[in-house]
Amino acid sequence: MTASEIRALFAVASRPEVVSLAGGMPFVQALSMDVMADTVAKLIRERGATALQYGSGQGDVTLREQILEVMEEVKVTAHPDDIIVTTGSQMALDLVTRVFCDPGDVVLVEAPSYVGALGVFRAYECGVVHVAMDDEGLSPAALEEAIRDVRASGRRIKMIYTIPSFHNPAGVTQGPQRRADILRIAQREGILLLEDDPYGLLGFDGEPPRAIRADDADGVIYLGSFSKTIASGLRVGWAVAPHGVREKLVLAAESAVLCPSNYAQLTVSEYLATQPWRDQISTFRDLYRERRDALLDSMTSLFPSDITWTVPAGGFYSWITLPEGLDAKAMLPRAVAALVAYVPGTGFYVDGQGRQNLRLSYCYPDPDRIREGVRRLAGVIESELEIAQTFGTGAVLLDSEGSVNPAPNIL
Amino acid sequence: MSTRVVVLAGGLSAERDVSLRSGRRVAEALRVAAPELEVSEADVDSALLDGFRADPPACVIPLLHGAAGEDGSLRDVLESLCIPFVGSMGDACRLAFDKPIAKSLLAGLGINTPVSVALPHSTFRELGAQPVLNAVISRIGLPLIVKPTKGGSALGASVVRTAAEFPSAMVGAFAYGEVALMEHFVEGTEVSICVYDSPDGPIALPPVEIVPPAGIYDYNARYTAGTTEFFVPARLESDIAEAVAAVALEAHSGLGLRDLSRTDLIVDASGTPWFLELNVAPGMTETSLFPQALSEAGVGLGELARDLVLNAIARNS
Repeated sequence: MTASEIRALFAVASRPEVVSLAGGMPFVQALSMDVMADTVAKLIRERGATALQYGSGQGDVTLREQILEVMEEVKVTAHPDDIIVTTGSQMALDLVTRVFCDPGDVVLVEAPSYVGALGVFRAYECGVVHVAMDDEGLSPAALEEAIRDVRASGRRIKMIYTIPSFHNPAGVTQGPQRRADILRIAQREGILLLEDDPYGLLGFDGEPPRAIRADDADGVIYLGSFSKTIASGLRVGWAVAPHGVREKLVLAAESAVLCPSNYAQLTVSEYLATQPWRDQISTFRDLYRERRDALLDSMTSLFPSDITWTVPAGGFYSWITLPEGLDAKAMLPRAVAALVAYVPGTGFYVDGQGRQNLRLSYCYPDPDRIREGVRRLAGVIESELEIAQTFGTGAVLLDSEGSVNPAPNIL
Repeated sequence: MSTRVVVLAGGLSAERDVSLRSGRRVAEALRVAAPELEVSEADVDSALLDGFRADPPACVIPLLHGAAGEDGSLRDVLESLCIPFVGSMGDACRLAFDKPIAKSLLAGLGINTPVSVALPHSTFRELGAQPVLNAVISRIGLPLIVKPTKGGSALGASVVRTAAEFPSAMVGAFAYGEVALMEHFVEGTEVSICVYDSPDGPIALPPVEIVPPAGIYDYNARYTAGTTEFFVPARLESDIAEAVAAVALEAHSGLGLRDLSRTDLIVDASGTPWFLELNVAPGMTETSLFPQALSEAGVGLGELARDLVLNAIARNS
């Protein structure tokens, strides 16, 4: 099945009849729209001429100061000048790759990894090498081995790209020791660590995990985002980078977009200044925890016993492993016909791994819809097992083409 | 009198995206060609019929692909509501949409169609996959093509050149439907002939020859601009071009289709056309065959849509 065929199936997922466990759209309906309307109205009334004007390529200085306050939650300390505001952290990812990587340079990524990052690395013609994970995310032993192997092959490693907290798509989180081990390897080997942390404040238990950047200001670039903590439509994210790098990122940003949207930045800034944003994040956490529980409970009661999944302690996703012989990509048409959608695991790899996996997201549908989606998916899996039983477990589709993920506005 | 024309596109099938693109293209062309008509686009959902009852449109153009769009069911509903629509009636669609039925009816009219077998999953489960697959190979030979009996855009279709590829092709087809058609794969020139009804009877447009990149006209080759090479008219000898047009016209009339249809054929090395399948809601996207054939014939898509709409309204009154 080709990439375009899968995109066609995702087009059906936007219909209300379909329970989509595919996309990663934050549930922005949990915001008070009255508050958002008042915030924007006040901004335009009082500072309209600034909000509607070009701004600085590095981003609004007040917002950068406020970002420091937000990052205190994950124990990152920095100077406002170390921050560059971007159009979502996706743009930061693009800028960092543009500045650091030449064609053929290798980026080490988790197996599986965020599809949007894989797309950026591919666009800049980087070699992407997946590194195995375990229940605590990126495996230090596998990382050391990958570094050795890549270097032995004569290729240059430019970055280690990692999502330490509430991983997309794997749903796992690196513990403090794991983070320390990975940082130590990166420091010892002299490899830049790119820490992507869009979900860090959305943990379900206890304090947000301490960012890796909190322990190394020189060897780590930290990417943050307001997409999940305020609103994804504002497209405001940021990077924290060492001075020399930051200058280059600003120049690259200016050549790409002149400056990030002043209107969006000042909206975020106004919101942070006037609203109890920590309480709002707490509301999001409670909402997503309830949805995660609905997903896990219904999978436990409805899925066949030989299916396994990760238990996310935060974020949006659980990573499912199907029984031997099932191919999540080949199964997708049957799922869409049964009015449930997911993302096949192959989308999160560049090398064809992940056939037996799929990503389920619980961020958008309400708990009842999640349960209904899992019920439908359980039926789909049962039918697919029958087919596999009939034709043998090796009868998976042969062709494959690239990484595929729903467009950002697909549910 | 209402001048409202509703282009129905989208739906819940795997061809939703193709349908939406077809719908937008036809609606835009119709707006330009017939500014006197009030053209809107609508998806199929539970609010549709209430809307039609409250404010009946003058005519509907169903451009839904896949089951509800092409199996006749939606058209039956439109007929029940006495709403004029462009395209074939429900009962004719049912015959054309089911590939084995269309093949056997047209074979009965003397049209060549590759030997084939259609079987549900249950047959393989009950008799064991391997013995059945072996029997199919001995009946129709290799290479063969496996596809769902219902549905279009080559979704779930794959060519089997060795016995080892057969099981995975079956899994691919059964992901899209309960019954799979296994058909001898005729090597040759892939040609589509679009037919539309004019006041003087059905007219076959110039044949379109399809040269997909890897030899297979799959979903990607169909809808990714620039991947497939088309020749309009097809590079066929004139007698063969006449023969393929005759097959398409006979298929159109033989199955009782109306307004528009597209017949897909393979012309083998000896020049014999082999009927593969019929489409009652041909794609109208920027890479689709119907608009290309119209363009070659010098017929505007909007003008044709306008004529078919006016004709549909007239035949209902």
